[in-house]
This record gives sequence, C-alpha cells and structure tokens, in this order.
Amino acid sequence: MLKISNVETFYGKIQALRGVDLDVNDGEIVSLIGSNGAGKSTLLMTISGVNKAKKGNIVFNGENIENKQPHKIVDMGICQVPEGRRIFSRLTVEENLRLGAHANEKGKYFENDIKEVYDLFPVLSDRKTQRGGTLSGGEQQMLAIGRALMSKPKVLLLDEPSLGIAPKLVNQIFLSIKNINKEKNVTIFLVEQNAKKALELADRAYVLVNGKVTIKGSGQELLKNKDIQAAYLEGGAKN
Amino acid sequence: MEKKDIIQSFKDSLFTGLIALALFGPIVGLRTASKGEGLFITPQWGVVFLLVGLCILGRFLINLNSARKTEITFFSKFSSKFSAITEDKAKHFAITAILFAVVFPFLPFTDRYFMDVAIMILTYIMLGWGLNIVVGLAGLLDLGYVAFYAVGAYSYALIATTFGWSFWICLPLAGVFAAFFGILLGFPVLRLRGDYLAIVTLGFGEIIRIILINWYEVTNGPDGITGIPRPSFFGLPFKRSPDEGETSFHLFFNLEYSTMHRIIFLYYLILVLALITNYFTLKIRKLPVGRAWEALREDEIACKSLGVNPTNTKLTAFAIGAMFGGFAGSFFATRQAFISPESFTFIESAIIVAIVVLGGMGSQTGVVLASIFLIGITEMFRDLEQYRMIAFGGAMVLIMVFKPKGILANRKPTILMHGDKK
Repeated sequence: MLKISNVETFYGKIQALRGVDLDVNDGEIVSLIGSNGAGKSTLLMTISGVNKAKKGNIVFNGENIENKQPHKIVDMGICQVPEGRRIFSRLTVEENLRLGAHANEKGKYFENDIKEVYDLFPVLSDRKTQRGGTLSGGEQQMLAIGRALMSKPKVLLLDEPSLGIAPKLVNQIFLSIKNINKEKNVTIFLVEQNAKKALELADRAYVLVNGKVTIKGSGQELLKNKDIQAAYLEGGAKN
Repeated sequence: MEKKDIIQSFKDSLFTGLIALALFGPIVGLRTASKGEGLFITPQWGVVFLLVGLCILGRFLINLNSARKTEITFFSKFSSKFSAITEDKAKHFAITAILFAVVFPFLPFTDRYFMDVAIMILTYIMLGWGLNIVVGLAGLLDLGYVAFYAVGAYSYALIATTFGWSFWICLPLAGVFAAFFGILLGFPVLRLRGDYLAIVTLGFGEIIRIILINWYEVTNGPDGITGIPRPSFFGLPFKRSPDEGETSFHLFFNLEYSTMHRIIFLYYLILVLALITNYFTLKIRKLPVGRAWEALREDEIACKSLGVNPTNTKLTAFAIGAMFGGFAGSFFATRQAFISPESFTFIESAIIVAIVVLGGMGSQTGVVLASIFLIGITEMFRDLEQYRMIAFGGAMVLIMVFKPKGILANRKPTILMHGDKK
C-alpha cells in the first residue's frame, strides 16, 4: 500500500535519511522505533510531503507521491498526527476537529464523522466548546488523533503519541490506536520511542538508526531480539 | 507591599528618568530661536525637568500598581469593570452601538464637526476590520495595509475621472484592483512569517506610495488627482442647482438644500460598508476558509499535515483583506474629492495596525473601541495642535499598560453547539 524505497532527505547540507526502505501493507500496524535523531520524524514529514525527499521513491497505492504537495497527499488518504500534537490551542475542540475535515470537502459527512470521533474519545465530547490549549496532554493527543481521523485517512501516520503523557493515558491511547486499526480499517504507521509498547502493538516493525533501517521483522520477533533489548528496551542492558 | 518592592520600583523609575532625560534633553531642552542674524540656542531646562519628573512619577505609579496585583487599585477596578461590560454583553453592546450609529446624525448635538469625526472613525473601523482578516485571523502581520487603501482610492479616482462611471460601478472595481494587488503582495511573501513578513509588507506599502509619486503620466504625481466625482444618491446628485435635465436630491425629496445631506449620506455609506465588512468577517470565520486562516495562525505545520493548502489560504486572506482596504479607499477618494500620495504614508498603516493590536487581535468589537479611543482622542486634542500626537502616544501607552493583550483580548469561540449556553 505504502512503499518507501531508498529515500534520502536533507536539512540543508545535513543528511537526515540515508536511503530508507520500508513497506506498509493494507490493514497493518507497522511500528518504527529508533533513538533521538535517528530520522523517525523526518521520515514521516517526508511521507507527508512537508519535507521533500532528495532521492528515492514513495509509492502510495501505485502512485508516486514524493513530489506531491502536502494537501494533495492528505487528499489521497495519508494523514499525519504530528509530534507534540500541534493542536490549535486557541481554537475550540470542535473547531480543531472541523479543521481535520477540511481536506476534500468531506464536511458533508461531518456530523457522522464527528460522532464517530466522540464515540472513540468520549472525553472530547464533554469538552467540545473548550479551547484546545486548556486540555491535558493526553486529551490533546486524543484530539490530535481525532482531528486526523476526520480526514478519513487510509493510512494514519502517528508520531510519538506517548510523548509527554501520563502512563495511564498512554495505555488508553495505544488501545484506541488498535481500535482504529481493527474497527475502522485504517492502516497505522507508528513512530515511537516507547519501544516496548510500540513493538507489542505492531504486526511488523522496523528499527531506524542514523537514517537507515537496520533491523526489521514482526513485532514479536523484535521484542525478543537481544540487540533491541539491549539498546531500546528497559532492563535489556543487564543481559 | 514590601519595602524592597518600593525601593526596586523607585530605582526602576529613576532609570526611566535617565532615559527620559537623554531623550528630552536635546529635543526639548535645546531650543533654537532666530534673533536678528542667525540662529541661537535657548536652553529651556525647566520644561525638561518637568517632563522627566512626570516620566519618573508615571513609571513609579505604574510600578506600584503592578506590584500590588492582588489588591484592587483604582485602575484595575476600572479596567476589569470595563472588560466585564464588553465581554459578557458583547452582543448587547454591538446592537446598542449600531442603533446609536444609525440615529447619530439626527441627535440634537450632532453638528458638521461631529459628523466629520464620526465618518473618520468609521473609515478607520472599516480599515481595522479589513486588516483584522489578515492580522487577527490569518496571523500575517501586514505593515503596508495602506497600500491597498491607496490602490482602492486611486483606482476609484482614475476610473471615475477617466470614464465618468458612477460610484456604484467603480466601488467593486476598486475592490477587485486592491484584491489583485493583495495577491501580488501575497506571492513573494508566502514563505515569510512574523518579523520578516512585516518588513516586506512595510516595503510594499512604500513601493506603492513611491510609484504614485513618480508615475506622473497616470497618477499626476505629488499633485494628486482633483475633481473626483462625488457620490450621488442612486443617481440623484447633491447639488444646489442641478444641471439641465437632472433632478437633485433636495428637489426630489422636496427638502431645503443643505450641505449636510451629502455628509449624512456619506456617513451612512461608510457605516453600511463597515458593517458589510464586519458581517462578512463574522460569516467567513465559520466557513472552512476562515477556520483555515485561524488554524494557519496557530500552527502552519499542523495545517499542512491536515491537508490545508497554505498557499491558497494565505493568498485569499491577503486578497480579501486588501479588497476591503480598497473599498475604504474608494470611499475616501469620493469623500475628499481630492487624493494625493500624502494621504497614504506609513503612519496610516501604523495607525491601522495599532487599532487592530490595541483592540485585541481578532476581536471585532475591540477594533471599534480602539478606533473610537485613538482617533477620538487625537481629535479631542486637536486644539493642542502639534502636541496631539502626544495624546495619541499616551493613549497607546495607557492601553498597553492596563490591557496588554488589547482592549478585548478574548476571542470568542466561533462554534457553539446546540443546547450550549449562549
């Protein structure tokens, strides 16, 4: 469904991605783990078209998208939940959700779509007239995910949904991600530093080091992998 | 309040005094006077000390006021009362204000002077509302807004004097021209934000003014354009003795001729134009494009990742903001009957930006209050002649001290769900 081959992205002269190869198949949850600065967010921004790839191809449903503008890519069905949530803090919860429906005039089904988001995250329904900035971190993350869902994506790109959120809410958010995948048939590409959670959730996973994919396999395989345990998982270093 | 705080604020105000001394010393202290042959310097240190003293005292009082935040002082009581009135009852305020504006020309104390000031205030309100689309909603700081005002005024003046078309045809044309210039400015600044955007727009405003001065064949340069047709009341001119085959306004309605008819008509014209601007802004805010403007102001990256096209969104904001500037410009041209580049200097842009910022960015009512406050105060002190700019500056300082986020800082959510409290 989404095929990334040999993608290289630069920030000025600094190379962030050094030839990334990666596949996401229809209906999967794919996780990408890696340390700070490995290029995880850059990869997502490159898929979304916010950063442009200097080399390589990104093919979505048989169409090359590496040179498309970000809003065209969203129209095609790839929506990103950016790192740090980036909700519109001075707009209300409902306005934030409406902006998610901005792409492609999908506002016609707005009432139904928004109901689905409220069913998924009931807390947003209670707070719909509140400003985005007054929500807690976890609620903001829910809002960011809900906002992305409003564009009816085929693939949802999630950038560190557990960042800066209370552990209890992290579980809840990972559960909702699973729900979105299973019940709404949305393919998930998840980028995480919380490697354990991300690998437990994933059908397949990749490890990104210095802008290159070094290890790939099923989520369970990677959880058992000694190198990964040592580098990314808690307590792994003791072995 | 502790002794330490008092000493601290005293030190701070002394420092302010030093700055004031450095400023006022040469500017006010050394006065040149011509006596016989040549200029001589007459020092006037008394005035300098008075001014410096006022600065120290003012600063000290402000410090005291802000140090005692929890205690209710006269000023904070006043300002909180003020905001309570305007925020809670914004709707009532708006209706009352519009009603007052409608009956204003027929109130017993309203004379020619009041009408002129009111027309001026309304023009600035309209400009403020127009700029509010760009600055308040889309968050693009435009310091050259007067350029579109100028484009509107010159478009109207040139079309009306060349082709002799009526105001009602020229007005939309002027708006279209201004919108076109808005897009013209929009393209090169698409990638810019904040300070950089402000500098380029500032330059754009100056470019337009300099073109107006130098393109003599078309704009008549610094001499300006004279004999711009006055607006007619839907075909009925405001003249004492109409031309052959024409009926003038007072004859048609069987009234005694009065120059006030035209003034009152102009007043209602700008009132309607301004209200259209306001209505349009309030409506477009609830449409996808308006929401996209506000989202773009908050976070451009998030917008991109959600499929908002930032290019189109920014260009529409510039174009629509410019269009209203153009409308205001053609009104200005028809009211003055004479325009020259002198009317479109940077200070005009600065005043409009000041109205939007002091009103509270994005607040429609705030723009009204700030216009009345700033333009009204400058007018009230017209007798002080050159010192009235001090009143203008003073008004700005007062707003920034007591209402640092603008007179009405709170933006109301544009969506309230059914069953929510109104």
